Amino acid sequence: MRLSREQVEHVALLARLELSEEEKERYMHELNQILEHFEALQRLDTENVPPTSHAIPMTNVLREDVVRPSLPREAVLQNAPDAAEGCFRVPRVVEEG
Amino acid sequence: MKLNELTAHELHDLLVNKAISCRELTEAVFTRVEAVEEQVKAYLTLTRDVAMQQAAAVDEKLARGEAIGALEGIPVAIKDVLCTQGIRTTCASKILYNFIPPYDATVVQKMRAAGMVFIGKANMDEFAMGSSTENSAFFPTRNPWDLTTVPGGSSGGSAAAVAADECIVALGSDTGGSIRQPASFCGIVGLKPTYGRVSRYGLIAFASSLDQIGPMTKDVTDCALLMNIIAGHDPLDSTSLPQPVPDYTNSLVPDVKGLRIGVPKEYFAQGVEPAVAEAVRAAIDKLCELGATAEETSTPYAEYGLPTYYIIAPSEASSNLARYDGVQYGYRAADESDVITMLRKTRAEGFGHEVKHRIMIGTYALSSGYYDAYYLKASKVRTLIKQDFDRAFEKYDVLITPTSPTVAFKLGERTDDPLAMKLADVCTIPVNMAGLPGISIPCGFDKGLPIGLQIIGKALDEETLLRVAYTYEQATEWHKQKPRL
Repeated sequence: MRLSREQVEHVALLARLELSEEEKERYMHELNQILEHFEALQRLDTENVPPTSHAIPMTNVLREDVVRPSLPREAVLQNAPDAAEGCFRVPRVVEEG
Repeated sequence: MKLNELTAHELHDLLVNKAISCRELTEAVFTRVEAVEEQVKAYLTLTRDVAMQQAAAVDEKLARGEAIGALEGIPVAIKDVLCTQGIRTTCASKILYNFIPPYDATVVQKMRAAGMVFIGKANMDEFAMGSSTENSAFFPTRNPWDLTTVPGGSSGGSAAAVAADECIVALGSDTGGSIRQPASFCGIVGLKPTYGRVSRYGLIAFASSLDQIGPMTKDVTDCALLMNIIAGHDPLDSTSLPQPVPDYTNSLVPDVKGLRIGVPKEYFAQGVEPAVAEAVRAAIDKLCELGATAEETSTPYAEYGLPTYYIIAPSEASSNLARYDGVQYGYRAADESDVITMLRKTRAEGFGHEVKHRIMIGTYALSSGYYDAYYLKASKVRTLIKQDFDRAFEKYDVLITPTSPTVAFKLGERTDDPLAMKLADVCTIPVNMAGLPGISIPCGFDKGLPIGLQIIGKALDEETLLRVAYTYEQATEWHKQKPRL
């Protein structure tokens, strides 16, 4: 499977990355190299093999829904690039009108 | 010997006997840092003020005649992937260049409670993605044994700080070998515990099903002591295991009589330097002299570890790193013309090449239409790799392999070839895939550079790993060698 330049641009949009022309070329080359390397796995028959997402068996963890203190608002906002009136400030996302 | 050259257990005795103060010890460490840091560059942030306060508290306690814990007053380097309240935590990334966590990682909180002394935050590959610490957004760390070679990675700063006596013990994190491989390159002890043995709360996530925090130390005894502090269940990490934590110092017994060692031949195959294979085989012979038995075995799916990792780790990373959006913390690009532009530029300018590379792979592997072919396929092969180990551990107590196929390589030698770079982790990756514990200990030298031996154990059987490692260490002198800086 070869990844095209258009596919690289699409993946970059999904990943919310802006790539320069140079980077598009480089990632196209590198991704194809990795995918080629991954081809080795295709020769393994995994038809009846269950997938592993966690190596150690796990169960859901539940706890009582009790009110606990959380971090103070100032502590949470102290690292924000832009904050106002106790909120994170971002560019406009809602259209006017 | 200078104080900073000693181990934690040696220093504990000196502190308790009032032969030294914690302040003197801490000063000795910072004197060393000042002398060699310009060459080694192990630290991203030094925390002298915090350290001196912590040291003063220990000295006051000693002056009052109170008992102190085993690692109380011991200087520690903390990999900069772990959140430290009030202390800048960057993950060696521009995108977190100014991040000051409002809380401590659980392991950090435990070390504070144990009275340990924080020397600083150790350098690493950006977001722990790399095998040489050359992917740090700030500067590469150098191997104290040879300043033209890499310290390994991603916990290269922690490993170099321990090897150069710029701290007494350190914490690292390991997703595909990031504790064990730099421990091997720098000639120290590094343990990746069983997945879930140590809480990951406050560990900045790379690949959540593989990441685990562990000790990096000058000897096996210090490794056991630090495990005693950091291991255990944590309600803040739902993947941490509820099983009780043993006292790991009970495993510090020189006894391998009747121990069954499996030697998987695939780990000695292509790419393993003859000097490395020879040193590891000599170490196995040594353990047999001491009463163990060893037998060659096969784990046929081990060779698929690397390509499997290449899909699974970036997939998890692409999801974990979605949080870096320039809104809640860290870097934000100047162009705020609209939200998507702000996001894309922030991430383009904030992440380094390797991080973007992995986000791209992961995003592609998880994207609609490709999920089955890549992520699902890799997850199934992961099962096969795990079953290899299950079968082996029906017959053997531990498996022994090289930690890495080579000794430390030159800076710049592999930076343009991501596949060659990743080969440094070919022996360690399968262990993360199966969630098992693995330890690297020094077992020789080649061209003046340390060689590491990896011991792999059953899930939650860190005790046997430590006992085997301790037995070998007590019978050899490798761990006493120091680099000349």
